Amino acid sequence: MSSVSISHLDKRYGNVEILKDVNLEIRSGEFSVFVGPSGCGKSTLLRCISGLETISSGTIAIDGQVVNDVPPSKRGIAMVFQTYALYPHMTVYKNMAYGLKLMGMPRAQIDEKVRGAAEKLQLTRYLDRLPKALSGGQRQRVAIGRAIVRDPKVFLFDEPLSNLDAALRVQMRIEISQLKQQLPNTTMIYVTHDQVEAMTMADRIVVLKDGVVQQVGTPMELYEQPQSLFVAGFIGSPKMNFLTGPFAQKFNAHTLGVRAEHLDIVPEDGVWRGKVVYSENLGSDSYIYVDVGTEDPVIVRQSGRAPYHAGDVIGIAPKPHELHRFDAAGRPMLN
Amino acid sequence: MATIAPELPLERARSAPRRLARIRPGRIVVHLALLFFVVLWTLPTAGLLISSFREPDQLAVSGWWTALAPATIREAARLPVAEAQVEENGVYVIRGSVLEPGSNRTIETFGTTNATLGDTPAGGTATVRVGGEITLESDGAFVWTSPTPFTHTTGPRVYYAAELQPRATFENYATVLTANGVGRSFINSMTVALPATIISVMVAAFAAYALAWMRFRGRTFFVVSVVALMVVPLQLALIPVLRLYNEVGSVLGIPGKGYFGVWLAHIAFGLPLAVYLLRNYIVGLPREIMESARMDGASHFQIFTSLVLPLSIPALASIAIFQFLWIWNDLLVALVFLGAQDDHVVLTGRLIDLLGTMGEDWNLLTAGAFISIVVPLLVFFGLQRYFVRGLLAGSVK
Repeated sequence: MSSVSISHLDKRYGNVEILKDVNLEIRSGEFSVFVGPSGCGKSTLLRCISGLETISSGTIAIDGQVVNDVPPSKRGIAMVFQTYALYPHMTVYKNMAYGLKLMGMPRAQIDEKVRGAAEKLQLTRYLDRLPKALSGGQRQRVAIGRAIVRDPKVFLFDEPLSNLDAALRVQMRIEISQLKQQLPNTTMIYVTHDQVEAMTMADRIVVLKDGVVQQVGTPMELYEQPQSLFVAGFIGSPKMNFLTGPFAQKFNAHTLGVRAEHLDIVPEDGVWRGKVVYSENLGSDSYIYVDVGTEDPVIVRQSGRAPYHAGDVIGIAPKPHELHRFDAAGRPMLN
Repeated sequence: MATIAPELPLERARSAPRRLARIRPGRIVVHLALLFFVVLWTLPTAGLLISSFREPDQLAVSGWWTALAPATIREAARLPVAEAQVEENGVYVIRGSVLEPGSNRTIETFGTTNATLGDTPAGGTATVRVGGEITLESDGAFVWTSPTPFTHTTGPRVYYAAELQPRATFENYATVLTANGVGRSFINSMTVALPATIISVMVAAFAAYALAWMRFRGRTFFVVSVVALMVVPLQLALIPVLRLYNEVGSVLGIPGKGYFGVWLAHIAFGLPLAVYLLRNYIVGLPREIMESARMDGASHFQIFTSLVLPLSIPALASIAIFQFLWIWNDLLVALVFLGAQDDHVVLTGRLIDLLGTMGEDWNLLTAGAFISIVVPLLVFFGLQRYFVRGLLAGSVK
């Protein structure tokens, strides 16, 4: 059992309010992802949980115990930093053993733990190397190993993959997901700005914007029932199409949101009609950018290859019941 | 192309202009400027080194750049009195030499007065005022003949211009090294410099870490104070500090002059710069490493000893060199706080003592300077291996 409860948390730097009245309940054993655009306060929230940042008001409780004034090392947490933060003058082994040594653990036990973690992360061969002799992915694994050996109740990841190249990022994403499966009782909190990482890894996603929690839910909940215009636009790739003005008025809404895969190309006039400005063929599917008179072109997804070229005039129609209607305040309107 | 070039000289010839084309005017200017400054900075030292191996006589009349060319010096020697005469075939003769054996001189011209010094070439004959004629050979041997007996009671002078052959000598070094108390002063200087360097670098490192990474009230104020303290000229603060030290010392029963005082003074005067430079280095260490250590449960002291110190070695080494050089070469602080008594005087003080009261033995300073330079050089080369690049490699990114 290691839940994290945050209630009425505020974080201010002078007059600047970074986090505003954050209330969160992260369940035990859950993989929770904080996601949001840069500067939204997601890393600050994580650092508040870790204890590296003090909080201005509110409480943070781990396992029901308020930890506001507990130093980071006593909170039963471990953190993996974006930049690995390995100790450059220590070997991989010493990097992992450092925290245990400070705890005053007997040497034999340290050795057992470090070797166990190294095996789990395929680092056994590299135990005597310095961090500079490792590749990016290996360094990231050492950083994770350093966290694992402490047997934390809560694992914190601060954008751990953003320093890696695309291919390695996908691989490490899978490795972290597998790690979560190996440690079913460990709560993990993962911060990222990449909504693909959030969608693929999370049990539940916390979307933040300007220091305010926008929505908390499973990836599919967020995808299918966004509670605000911001969440609707942030989650999903490509971005949800937004139509305003007369386009939305026809549907009795201020803003109309429709995802690319929920639009069909129809032979007749359809609901909207426009000129193809651009089309992307990805092989398995294609994205067609259609100018129907809105500010940004509407993106339509089609399976397979699309036989359209720039300049073609086509009609498009949304699938029924897949429309998201929002009022002037950006709140979803019930159908 | 590189592999076939030896077989095809044509290829090589063609690549030559290309290589020339790569030399841009900007680079030439940069290199010339660099060369200029290197020469400007090393030339005085080279001159000092060359001078230290020259003979005092030569050093006195010509610059070090003429070290390989013979120098012309003008000297005078007194001739013997009348008792030295012998009668040979009715002629009275005095024989002898104006040069000492091994004097390294070749006489070019001579005369019996200072004004006629250049008149007679070596081997020629000149008239002596007290009677007779003198023939002076280039090796200094003279024959002074007179048809009447010599009667003079004071030997007249003979003036000559001699060519002094250049010769490398350890004479200066031997004089300095065998001078009374140089060895003792060497130890004194070490006794002052080593603890003062080590203590001040350690204290500065602690302070720098605190000013860089510990959160406390008034931290900015302290940082600014340190910068401000660097402005205080040592000469201005020296006497007030000495008075303060003596007053506090008299209460605590610490003698007025001693190593403890000079250590304190050097540490105090060296700290602002050391703290400032080290802080700037330490504040640049990656924040994540410190935070990671905090997550691992390290206290500030543990972070300092196990992370900051090993990662700051290049900075510590350079500060240590600076500090050591400054203390080693210092004369003022040592004189004020340690005094000039024979058993306390530092090497710089002793070297000054070697000079005559009129500064006439300055040739000894050339050798003294090099003996004194040896220690800082050893310190520099000893610490040089700690100037490692890429100490932080692999830590972040």
